[in-house]
Amino acid sequence: MSTAPTMNTNVLEVRGLSARIAGQEVVHDVGFEVPASGVTAVLGRNGVGKTSTLRAILGLIERTGEVLLDGRRVDGERTERIVRRGVGYVPEDRDVFAGLTVAENLRLAERTGPHGTTPERRRLVDGLFPDLVRRAQQRAGTLSGGQQQMVSLARALLNDNRLLLVDEPTKGLAPRIVDDVAGALAAAARTVPILLVEQNLKVIERLAERVVVIDAGRVVHTGPAPELLGDPDLIQRLLGVHADGVEPPGADPATTAVGHQKGGAR
Amino acid sequence: MNAPDHLPATPVTGTASPGAGAPPGRGEDAGQVSAVRAALPRAVGGGLAVIVLGCLPLLALTIPGVLPGYTYEPGTLQLLGLCWLTAALALTYHLLLGVVGLLSFGHALYFAAGVYGLAVVLERTDIPLLPAAAVVLAGGVLLAGVIGAISLRVTGISFAMVTLAFAQAGNVLVRRDPADLTGGEEGIALATGGVPDAFVGVVNTRNLYWVALAVLVVTYLVALWIERSRAGHMAAAVRENETRVRIIGGRPYVVKLVVFVLAATLATMVGTAYLLLQSGASPAVSTADFTLTILVMVVLGGVGSRWGAVVGAVLYTVLDQRLGEFAGSEAVAGLPAVLRVPLSEPMFLLGTCFILVVMFLPGGIAGAASRAVDRVRRRGPRGPGGQGSAGPGERPVAEAVPS
Amino acid sequence: MSTLILLLVTGVGLGGLYFLVASGLSLIYGLMGILNFAHGSFLTLGAFAGLAAASAVGQDTWGGLALGLVVGAVTGAAAAAVTELGLIRPLYERHIEQVLVTVGLALASVALFEGIWGPNPRTVRRTEWLTRTTEFLGARIPNTAFLNILAAALVLGVIVAFLKYTRYGLIIRAGVENRAMVTALGIDVRTAFTLVFAVGGAAAGLGGVLATQSLNYVSPHMGASLLIFAFIVTVIGGMGSLPGAAVASVVVAVLQQLANYFLANTGDFIVVLLLALVLLVRPSGLMGRRAA
Ligand SMILES: Nc1ncnc2c1ncn2[C@@H]1O[C@H](COP(=O)(O)OP(=O)(O)OP(=O)(O)O)[C@@H](O)[C@H]1O
Ligand SMILES: [Mg+2]
Repeated sequence: MSTAPTMNTNVLEVRGLSARIAGQEVVHDVGFEVPASGVTAVLGRNGVGKTSTLRAILGLIERTGEVLLDGRRVDGERTERIVRRGVGYVPEDRDVFAGLTVAENLRLAERTGPHGTTPERRRLVDGLFPDLVRRAQQRAGTLSGGQQQMVSLARALLNDNRLLLVDEPTKGLAPRIVDDVAGALAAAARTVPILLVEQNLKVIERLAERVVVIDAGRVVHTGPAPELLGDPDLIQRLLGVHADGVEPPGADPATTAVGHQKGGAR
Repeated sequence: MNAPDHLPATPVTGTASPGAGAPPGRGEDAGQVSAVRAALPRAVGGGLAVIVLGCLPLLALTIPGVLPGYTYEPGTLQLLGLCWLTAALALTYHLLLGVVGLLSFGHALYFAAGVYGLAVVLERTDIPLLPAAAVVLAGGVLLAGVIGAISLRVTGISFAMVTLAFAQAGNVLVRRDPADLTGGEEGIALATGGVPDAFVGVVNTRNLYWVALAVLVVTYLVALWIERSRAGHMAAAVRENETRVRIIGGRPYVVKLVVFVLAATLATMVGTAYLLLQSGASPAVSTADFTLTILVMVVLGGVGSRWGAVVGAVLYTVLDQRLGEFAGSEAVAGLPAVLRVPLSEPMFLLGTCFILVVMFLPGGIAGAASRAVDRVRRRGPRGPGGQGSAGPGERPVAEAVPS
Repeated sequence: MSTLILLLVTGVGLGGLYFLVASGLSLIYGLMGILNFAHGSFLTLGAFAGLAAASAVGQDTWGGLALGLVVGAVTGAAAAAVTELGLIRPLYERHIEQVLVTVGLALASVALFEGIWGPNPRTVRRTEWLTRTTEFLGARIPNTAFLNILAAALVLGVIVAFLKYTRYGLIIRAGVENRAMVTALGIDVRTAFTLVFAVGGAAAGLGGVLATQSLNYVSPHMGASLLIFAFIVTVIGGMGSLPGAAVASVVVAVLQQLANYFLANTGDFIVVLLLALVLLVRPSGLMGRRAA
């Protein structure tokens, strides 16, 4: 069901997307699809443009190219319009509002409209993050990193979104908290498709059905997750890491070049 | 508050273009040979222009509606001299805003330091003109060094506010008339004791005109030299991306301070010449509004462009003068109040004009000119009338009017 | 002793005026990153409009003053909102250009005010009570000081409550922290932009009418001269911090009064010195969070 690239089965399609930061192009002609269910993971080394790709989809940075949400072009729209069409965003560094309480952070995220907040969603969030209910009046800036990540996830899950864009939710978290976050994402993925940027291959193995690999601002590989995860050579070549997740000293330019050749077009 | 605080780099980049009228851009990245080939005609053209301007007092030319009379008449020379000094002052501001990307609201302070400094030294001591000017310049360096060192601890808008505050202190000082030095609101007249006779009196206006022209030429050359020097390149790098400069081991603070002090000192020098030309000092030159008018000139001309600053300043000075006369004219007096009131306020018209330029003409006059040149050049090979598609040169136009 | 009390209370009163201008500047800067040079013009316009309205009832009556304050605030808010919609919004996110536009507006509007109302100050008539003084701890305090303190405290309270208890307040507080993230939650921050301009303009317009009562005149330049001190207050308090602006307003104004009395009229210089000191020790201001 997730392979046929027709308008009806893909919640998100990205075509020829390029994006610039401070006048410099950091994403070049990126294209991929996100099926209407399950988790699609985006992988790539540090600084290759994963975050920028997500931000470009949301219109948070200057971009050109086509972005289709449920078959409808949204690339000309302002960020808040795209979001109100049902896109939840969990940014890389959580970006909770430090001066606001947990409750205020969540209240701010509640939306009205067709893809807005519903009572069921509120119950889901309360059930997933009981800690946040207890800490409702605490200022978000005084939360631990893991708790802040929960706030950030809860903000996205409060609404009846069509799609979640989640950027490295496990970054900098202790292994046990990583499990918690992955659990929350797995629960979320049962109700909404997720485009997940993630470096932790274990998390990808647990959650993702499909992967998109980015290198130097371009898509160099797309395919089913097991195919990539089951091929240590491919992982080494595309990500410059051994399958156990340890980065070798110095990325090899030759393997990167191979990656480019292979990826090119989707 | 970093990147967005700086204006986008000037659209007037170094397209190596022969011909005197072409904008002198930053052609560093062009090959050396072509750079020399492009620079030479430009230098010759510039030299010719200066010679022509230098000959004006000996000629009987006029532009009706722009100049008040013939070019040998003192009134006209006075206005033209004022134009050149204002242009020189705008160039010093260009060093701040266009070269190193500093938005200062206190530049008038250093200009006023030149005007009042020289006036006070000449009045209170027997020091002759040139040594007196040297003393004032030294004082200007000191003043700029201290204030720059403090203000540059903050960046962006905070820097703008802090420079404003210091300049305001200067303005208060001048108006308070401490020890009867500055003459308060009245200002002070030039004490001519130490001034050579050649620079005194209406009959010698043309000598003052030449002084003003010389000041402009010197300022222009110094600005050119600074921009081409290592410090200038560093400054440009700081303007584009301060963090990057810090990462590669540069010291943005020092670079900014150096350019700040140089720009301020040049402004002090322009101020000393201004005192001679106007034969007096008035507190208006120390106000925040005065700095704002310099800013207006530079933005009108096009931020980042040397000749833009010059053109902007000359245009502003002439407009200010002409609009003042227009305001007092019969034609305006006969209008109904809704039209008469705004039309009789030159500053209202200039301010409105400025807003329009900022909103609809990015890059000011220089930007518009370079786009026009681009368009002509692009059309060339395709034959006349060919509709060139919007290229990179036209980007600012599209960006100017966001939906 | 009574002199000290007098200086302190009048200082706080002056601080109230500074705060009315600085609160808007600080909010606007905090949320939008714009230094609003036209803020002084909102104040001046509010003052002239307020006085014109007051004249209809009688400038020297309480009813006239009350009407004047309301009209001043409304005029300031309207002028600010129109400025935001017409000049600031089309230059979305281009901060320097936005500042330049407010500079142009400041220059043009003051010239227009001069054209309409003449360049010179005009004296105003005040209610009898405001021309008198009240004995307080042995000092004879001008009643205008109490009016200013009361008004500034009220405005502070209203703005704080607005920020704390309304959804737009929530959006503004969040936007001051991280504007991009607010839009990424599906919120159109541009409405909040117009709102902070309007709120700031209302406070400035109110401050304009109050200033006429303290100064006993109204002039096209009163906005510009208050604006400079409001700028200083904003930097000292920490750009974008409302409590910072409140504290710095009082500190700056009291210091100014004390220096003017005890140190041979050097208040303006002492304030600039204080600014330099704060920048050397704490470049982000008293209560600024991020290095400005
Ligand atoms: N604010 C910025 N200013 C300048 N360059 C930036 C900025 N943010 C990102 N970049 C550049 O854009 C490129 C892509 O960055 P991006 O954050 O998208 O990478 P990423 O793949 O998400 O990396 P990571 O895995 O470390 O999160 C990088 O080369 C980075 O240096
Ligand atoms: Mg990233």
